[in-house]
Amino acid sequence: MDAEKTAWEQRSVVPVVPPVQPRKLAKVPFVELADGRLQGVVSSGSDIERVYVSSITAGSHALSCSTNNNRPCGALHGYACKHIRQLADEAVVQYGLDRVARYLGVEVPEGGDLMSCIDGHVERTPAAVVFSRFLRHLAYLEVPDSTEPLAELHWFPATGAVR
Amino acid sequence: MLDVQLGELLGDGPPGVGEALDLVAGFDGALTHGFARVGEEASGALAALAGALAASPLGDRMAEAAEKVAAGSVGDEHLAALAGGRAALLGAVHDALLARLDTAVGRPRAAWQAAEGPSRSDNVLAGCRGWLRELAITGWHGVDHDLVTSSDQAIEALLGEPELRGLAVLLDGLAAELRASCPVATMDLLPARRWGDLWTRALLLSQKGTWHGAAEPVSGRLLILGADVHEHATVVRVQVHGILEPAGGAPSRLVRTSVAAAKVDTISGPSVWRLMGAYPVLMGALAGHLSLDISDMPLLPGGDLVWHDDRASAGEEADPFATARVQLAEAEAPPVPPLDRHPVRIAEPVLLEGYTIDGETLGLGGHSLPLALDRLPSCGPLTPQLVSASTACIGLMRWDGGRWLVQPLAVQATVKKKPVAAHNGDWATGPTDPKVVKADAKAGDVVAVLRERAGRLLRK
Repeated sequence: MDAEKTAWEQRSVVPVVPPVQPRKLAKVPFVELADGRLQGVVSSGSDIERVYVSSITAGSHALSCSTNNNRPCGALHGYACKHIRQLADEAVVQYGLDRVARYLGVEVPEGGDLMSCIDGHVERTPAAVVFSRFLRHLAYLEVPDSTEPLAELHWFPATGAVR
Repeated sequence: MLDVQLGELLGDGPPGVGEALDLVAGFDGALTHGFARVGEEASGALAALAGALAASPLGDRMAEAAEKVAAGSVGDEHLAALAGGRAALLGAVHDALLARLDTAVGRPRAAWQAAEGPSRSDNVLAGCRGWLRELAITGWHGVDHDLVTSSDQAIEALLGEPELRGLAVLLDGLAAELRASCPVATMDLLPARRWGDLWTRALLLSQKGTWHGAAEPVSGRLLILGADVHEHATVVRVQVHGILEPAGGAPSRLVRTSVAAAKVDTISGPSVWRLMGAYPVLMGALAGHLSLDISDMPLLPGGDLVWHDDRASAGEEADPFATARVQLAEAEAPPVPPLDRHPVRIAEPVLLEGYTIDGETLGLGGHSLPLALDRLPSCGPLTPQLVSASTACIGLMRWDGGRWLVQPLAVQATVKKKPVAAHNGDWATGPTDPKVVKADAKAGDVVAVLRERAGRLLRK
């Protein structure tokens, strides 16, 4: 094992970030496990201009949901609103149940569902931080293409053909 | 590549490689613990690295850097010297390996004689150096969320500078790996060589920018051999390897050309080709197996064509396997820019035939060559099963973890008694496998969804 460990540590190309799974982005365009929360952005079902910023805090499982203008979500009292449930469902598709449950510190029994194991209180967290991370995420789509040689990308091979 | 050539390549490794890599491992161990308090082992490793390079032009600076850092005084010039020393050792390993490969396959290679290109120095690079210094002082073991997040500003500034894109994608990739590994102190296994490589390259790039040298315009016919795909959460790059027949009848040469697009992690698999829409001529040639006629395309001294889609037009059909069989053995390879010399950069196109495949190993004339099956991209049609059923393969020779590997770019195989061919770039204008088309349709056009959101929300 020690020899294997050393061999792995002395390779230039090893996978460090687990790949994410493809999913539909229309309802929940942004999900991340960051800042000690499962957090993301959920599109409003009724108003195309409006988005909700929703989160579940790791450990305490505190729930938060408000619009990007910091107006509290009317449907969040005592139990998770539709937005938080959508966020959790999409996070499980993107990262897999194990990774999400581990991050949040939840024990989900075999065959169980993430949200039924979360019994959190409502604790509003500011939407601005998450929303600005979402805008930063979107800003990548506006970065121009490059035809430079970019030799550094030899450290980052595309992977994942499984089919 | 013939079996005798493979035998020559795989024989006893070039002398000195093991010793050089041990010195690199020592440096990487020191970087893992950080330069804030350098212990006995780490200061010994730094002194050994300096000692190995004592007779080189870096010798004096290395000796001073090793001494100062061990004494707890970490200046930018000391870090630059240490990074230069580490890069020089890996450069020597690269040169020995590439020379072995060139000799084995009889590949002629031009010598490096490029004039120095423009350099720059400014606040953007200073910001990067600042973050890299913090990393070096803290050590990988001490990295936490705050330290990772403090790179955001430097990376954002870099993304606004087209000629520094390489450094931007490098630091963004490193920061994402550190973020996913936080707190690093609790990791069972730490990718010390890899992070040492990334830190070193970033530190060198943040001195004066890139080192491609000056481009010259070329015209002629470009015959595609295959496409290599590189990707992390926020970038995807298609690098095409091919043979350029220069107009006017000069000898054919091996070249590469590439297109990189910024993206986010949820754009993956065949969807990444949707980001390549601005390059219809190149993508059409990849998908349709066509040759390309290029005129006045800039060619960098290291063999990279800087692609301009409007300076190319599609030519006739050209089967990459025919190109490889007829022209690959003769074509002249480009020199490698000195600061790019690192074993990870070795990606030499080869044609393999008449082999057997057993799991993840290719057997040819009694020699075994491991297959880099983990480098088959999810955006293309190649699968481990297809590689397994293959009878011919265009691949890139790679070297990592002390051994040679071959990364398939294209295969000819027999499936259900019928001959099939599959190339990494086959889906460049959209997937052709009905199963994949269906899955892609089900997920919807993720690029369009995010672009709509960006258009609506970013300019408020």
